Amino acid sequence: MWIYEKKLEFPVRVTKPDVQMAKYLITQYGGPDGELSASLRYLNQRYSMPTNKAKAILTDIGTEELAHMEIIATMVYKLVKDASPEEMKRAGLGGHYAQHDHALFWVDANGVPWSAKYIAALGDPIADLHEDMAAEEKARATYEHLIHLTDDPGVIEALRFLREREVVHFQRFGETLDHVHEYLNSKKYF
Amino acid sequence: MNRDQLMLLRRLQELQFTAIELNLYLDTHPDEKEPLMEYNRVSQQFNNLKRTYEDRYGPLMVFGHSPSQYPWQWINGPWPWEIEY
Repeated sequence: MWIYEKKLEFPVRVTKPDVQMAKYLITQYGGPDGELSASLRYLNQRYSMPTNKAKAILTDIGTEELAHMEIIATMVYKLVKDASPEEMKRAGLGGHYAQHDHALFWVDANGVPWSAKYIAALGDPIADLHEDMAAEEKARATYEHLIHLTDDPGVIEALRFLREREVVHFQRFGETLDHVHEYLNSKKYF
Repeated sequence: MNRDQLMLLRRLQELQFTAIELNLYLDTHPDEKEPLMEYNRVSQQFNNLKRTYEDRYGPLMVFGHSPSQYPWQWINGPWPWEIEY
């Protein structure tokens, strides 16, 4: 089961409203390498992991990604909360306003809705852990792109935190991959 | 949210972050004693401070994890995305 804790993993400060940045940031909410994709990918793959270590790391990183989703949502919420329809239109979010007003939605930076096609589950732990490591690198790269798109020190601080977490997750998945390789080799009989 | 509450919340975030980092490390290094001891130490600090925070400002978790004073405190704002740090 999952429990909600009424606090963010990392405090989100936003210096000024910035609808344009919100439009870019939303990709880490509902884009291919975003936090929804990440959490669902890991929490779904854990059922076909062969070892307890692998089940644990996918459960825990999947859970941390849910907290990251909340950090992104908070940033987007704060950046657009007082924006007028005109300001949203100017930032390329006129279509978003037409359909969703100020609500958040699972889309990427170009407005493309989230799809289960963004995530994979081969049921092969080696293939799946490689997918997870690649996903962490793609998220890291995306956070770097996003950092280049803003000068808001609060937003940069939160994005740096999230970028660092991707690096740590990549490391932990790499260790898990080695461990699963060893486990599978030990099960081979000739 | 007043300054004292905010400071306590920031401290809880720091302690929990340390716990998360050690947790993930221990998942792939379960036989290492030092990080395990550190995890236990930080968890205790986190839980003590959390109790203090919840007594003053209401539950951070429900579903049976934390009690509430009367009236039911869980519905009180600000919610996490509304807090100005």
